[in-house]
Order: sequence, then C-alpha cells, then structure tokens
Amino acid sequence: MSDTENIAIDVRDAVKRYGDFTALKKISLSIMDNEFFTLLGPSGCGKTTLLRMIAGFEAVTEGAIYLYGDEIENLPPNKRPVNTVFQNYALFPHMNILDNVAFGLEMRGTSKSDARKKAGEMLELVQLGQFSARKPSQLSGGQQQRVALARALAPQPKVLLLDEPLSALDLKLRKAMQLELKHLQRETGITFIFVTHDQEEALTMSDRIAVMSAGEMQQLGAPTDIYERPHNMFVADFIGETNLLEVSVDGIESGRATCHLGGGHELTCNAVEGIGLGSKVHMSIRPERLYMSDTPVESESLKGRIKENIFVGTDITTIVDLQDGPDFIVRTSNSDRGNKRIFEPGSEMYVNMELGAGRLLVD
Amino acid sequence: MAAGAASGGSATTDTYKEARTWLLLPAWVTLSILVLAPVIMMLIYSFLTKEFRGGVIWEFSLAAYDQFFFDRGLFGDDPPKIEWTYVTIFWRSIWQAGAATLLSLVIGFPTAYFIATRSENMRPVWVFLITIPYWVNLLIRTVSMKFLLRDQGPLNDFLMSIGLIDSPLHIVNTNFAVQLGLFYSYLPFMVLPIYAAVERYNFALSEAAADLYASKWTTLRRVLLPAIKPGVFAGCILVFVPSMGSFLAPDLLGGAKNFMIGSLIEEQFKGNAGNWPFGAAASMILLSMVLIILMFSARQQAKADKAGG
Repeated sequence: MSDTENIAIDVRDAVKRYGDFTALKKISLSIMDNEFFTLLGPSGCGKTTLLRMIAGFEAVTEGAIYLYGDEIENLPPNKRPVNTVFQNYALFPHMNILDNVAFGLEMRGTSKSDARKKAGEMLELVQLGQFSARKPSQLSGGQQQRVALARALAPQPKVLLLDEPLSALDLKLRKAMQLELKHLQRETGITFIFVTHDQEEALTMSDRIAVMSAGEMQQLGAPTDIYERPHNMFVADFIGETNLLEVSVDGIESGRATCHLGGGHELTCNAVEGIGLGSKVHMSIRPERLYMSDTPVESESLKGRIKENIFVGTDITTIVDLQDGPDFIVRTSNSDRGNKRIFEPGSEMYVNMELGAGRLLVD
Repeated sequence: MAAGAASGGSATTDTYKEARTWLLLPAWVTLSILVLAPVIMMLIYSFLTKEFRGGVIWEFSLAAYDQFFFDRGLFGDDPPKIEWTYVTIFWRSIWQAGAATLLSLVIGFPTAYFIATRSENMRPVWVFLITIPYWVNLLIRTVSMKFLLRDQGPLNDFLMSIGLIDSPLHIVNTNFAVQLGLFYSYLPFMVLPIYAAVERYNFALSEAAADLYASKWTTLRRVLLPAIKPGVFAGCILVFVPSMGSFLAPDLLGGAKNFMIGSLIEEQFKGNAGNWPFGAAASMILLSMVLIILMFSARQQAKADKAGG
C-alpha cells in the first residue's frame, strides 16, 4: 500500500490513436513521488503526446492515468493539479510578468493581492524580481523561460510537466538552466516530468529515464543503467556514441559469450538472456571504454591500425581500422593523456578493453 | 526610413527619396480625387443657399446648419427653439448601428472562431461559403428579408405552425427589423477581420490558461479576447460606420417611424423636393460624429493597452 502512495503518476496501458495512426502503443509506467523523470526519444516517438495526455490536452484512447491514486484521464486540464512549462513558453503577451505568474493562483481562488504577493516571491526565486512590470516581449528567451517556470510552479502543482523547455535556448544558457531546474526540483520537492530529445540533457538531469521510440517504451531505468546496459539497438545507438558491431555468438560458457567479429577477431563479453548460441546480433562498446597500447594488455585485445585522430576539445577521438574487421572508434580523454597513449595515423597498435565493456543487444 | 532621412545627403538616399515621391504619387492622386475632393465639395455645398428645384445657388449661407439645430417656426421668423427632430434621427442612427454591431459581434465571433479552428484546407471553403449570399444585390436581399419577416411571411407561419406563438409577431417596421437588416448586410465585415485575428492566435495560450485552472469562459475573456482585440475592433468599426449611414435597411424594414440619418440625407438629393445644402450639412455632421466616435474608441483602446501593461 505504501508503495502505491509513493506513485505520483501511474500510466496504465495508455493508448493514443489518431484515426488509423497509433501514436502510443500501450504504455505503462509509474513515476514516483519526488522524482525527476524524463521521457526521452526522437521527434515523433510519442513522448510529447504522453505528456499532453497527462496534462489533459489530449484524450486517452484506451487505458487510464492515475495521479496519487486518483483517476484523472477524464478530467479537463483545468481540473488537474498538474502544471505545464510549454515549449515556447506560451506566456500571456498582454499581461506583465507579475500577472502572468499570478494567473494560476488567482484562478485557484487566491485573492488578487495575495496572488500578486506570492507571484512576486516566485519571481524572486527565479531571480526576476526586478522585471515584474515588464511584458514578456521585453525579456530575453532565457528570462521568458524562467517566467514560464515561475508561472507553472506558483500554484504549487503536485506534478510539473516540462515539454522540451530548454530547446529554444543556446548551449551555454541551456547548461545553466539544466542545473537550475535540477536544484529547483530538489528545493520544491515537486515531481518533474521532463520531455526532451537531447540524450545528454536527459542523462544530466534525471533520476530515471524512459527511452521511447515509435510509440513504444524501449527501456526504463536510471541514467547509468540506460547508458551502460542498453537493452536493444535503438537505446544503444540513441544514447551517447557507441561502436555497434555485428557479431555471431560462437560459444556460451559460465555466463560468458564468445563472439566472432569477422576477420578472425574475437571478443568475450557477458552473456545476455535471450541471446543463444549461433545468434547473429549486435554488440555495443562505448568508445571511452577502449584504450590503445603497443602490446596486448588485457585478454580482450584486438590488433589494428590508426586511421585518424580527431581533436574534439575535452577528448581525442581515434578511428581504428581492424584488419578485415569493422572500424572502431576509441575516445581518449585529454586528462588521461599521461596514462593512455595516442598513436600517429598509420601506426599499428592494440585496442584493449575490460571483459565487461562489450554488451550484446537484443535487436 | 527615418534613419535614411537622418543620414541624408548621400546619392542613394536622394535617389531613394525621389523614387519614393514618384511612386507614392498615384496613391496621393487617387486619395485626393476620391476622398479629399468629395469631402471638400460637400463642405462647400453645406454652406451654400438652396435652389428650390434641387441644386444650389452660389451664395454663402448658414441656413442648412441652422435648420438642423434650430426651429424658427413655419415662416422662419419666430424666436429660435432647439430643433429635436434631426438630433433624434441622429441619436436613433447611433443606437441602431450600435445594436446591429453588437448583434454582428455576438453571431460573428463564434462564426469566425469556428472557421479559424477548422483544418487548414477547409478554412477557405468556409470563408467562401460566408461570402456567397453577398453576391446577391443588397436591395434584393433587403426586400427578401421584408417578405420573410412580415406578418404573413414564412417566419411567422413557421412559428405559428409549431405552436410557439398564436398571432403573428410584428417585426417589420420596428427598430428590431432595422437592426436585423443592418446585421445581415454587414455581417461578413465582422467575421473576416476576427477570423484573420483568431487564425494568427497562438492556441498554446488557451492551453496554458486551462493548465493554470482557468475555465473556458475565463480563458475566452482573459486570454483569447485581449489577444484578438484589434480584429474585434476592426470588425466593429467596419459594421458600425456603414450601418450608421445606411438607408436601404431603415427605409425598407423600418418604415417612416424608424427613419435614420442615411434616409434623411438620401431624401435631400432625390427628385426635385430635396435640399442640397441641408443634405450636405447632415453628411458633414455624420462624418464628424463618426470621426469623433472612432477617435474616442481608439483612445480608449490605447488607454486599456497601457493599463494592461
């Protein structure tokens, strides 16, 4: 019983169809109280549709949505104690900033003077106190973003929904806002449901992430789970950079799978349930888990030749050509250059990894 | 443009300025011939002496304005009393035009909203359907309306056949009939500007209002209407101004008791019985009234905008 009380939003078998097109195929997920939860996926994957169904802007074709145990999928948006931060902010252009933030409070029956007082406090919280008399059009994008946030938080919603709120900001501002949002979530203790197509953003901010594609949930888990133990091709490819190798499983013994890469190369990794002997599947190896050396260092070493080194600021990306096998991408952090070697293009060397670095994927 | 003028002197600015003068010339000529000249002519005529068979004698006189505002008895030698006849007609015109505008707004706004919220390829179809009745001549439409509304007309027949009323409603020759006529004449002028404004409206604002616990009615009042106000304002002017000077609907549907300023002016220029300077004076007064009302509402609008900020 205590477990269900901790569930903020419970989506059960939710389906959304537009005519013949199915935007969401039977999604079920539980978002916990106090959680920073992210719906991540490429555009058209159904993440925004799901968020709008929770907000009440889209009807649920089948299934149910519960908010702290109350069924809400048939309530209109103005009867649901959740608030939304919209992608392009949707601030009321004819009202000043203070009235924008006070709007929700007023609608909930707070007197005008009290609503304005609380709105002023909210604006102080997002460091915009001195702008309260301005119109939205007189603020920068980042400031409008904060106003939208203050407006949505002012009525103290049980759950805050954020629909790609940072996508219109430039990189530097976006990074700053990511941290600020995370702090705000901790301070207020409100459950945040955050929609984004930016995997880095999702990894930075979330407690848990649901990766979605084509109206289905591909994987649900903490950022480290999703990054280090992707279930399938889609998740491995969508989250971060990775080496995706076609392999055939030649032997399985005591939880280890021996995989053939082609060109006589072999790698051993942890066996995965559902992938049997003889399967032709993909293996994912993150480029930062690889390092180069003159002689084979680990049991998992592959001989190759350097094609190219690419300097990308914090890292150096090296493209390695395995003879008769696939190309590898190896990433070496600049801070590691003391311990790890960089080779000149054309030189021969070995690519090494720990035993667990490779991960077999269900397709 | 201001920046260009300020920098001045350079060859390109001069060429640009010269080109602008010439390019604007057709517009200025058209405006002068079609707007300025008629108004000046009317102003001059209103200060001339009337000729009894219509037309004017070129002799300065204030008689037309005097007749509009003062009653000097049958032979014109009594001490002047204030003449209420024409002021009453004027007042009735404002009132009737206002009622017609309100009616157009009440019907036109939902219509415009409906059209603007259809799918993108259906919107032109709906706009087209709205304009179809207006391909028929206004006179024919107004006469038809009289037939529809009269005591033995289809409307009364229908209402009596379904038992809603026992005896015919007398609609023709009432103020209400005139309002209906004006409303029907100018409805598209209300629908189209509001439609254009609603089409540009960002519906995410309505979602944001609903998300912040506003009811549909509050969203309409506090968010949608303020956003499309310029369109509503334009629609009201486009209905109010021609309604005020209209004479077809008042003549055909209102009868003699419900005379409006348009009919009064029309009378002065028709046949041999007219009084051209008086008609011109009434037109000038109408023009000034409309300008005053427009300026007043524009100022109110500006004030409201500032107060909102």
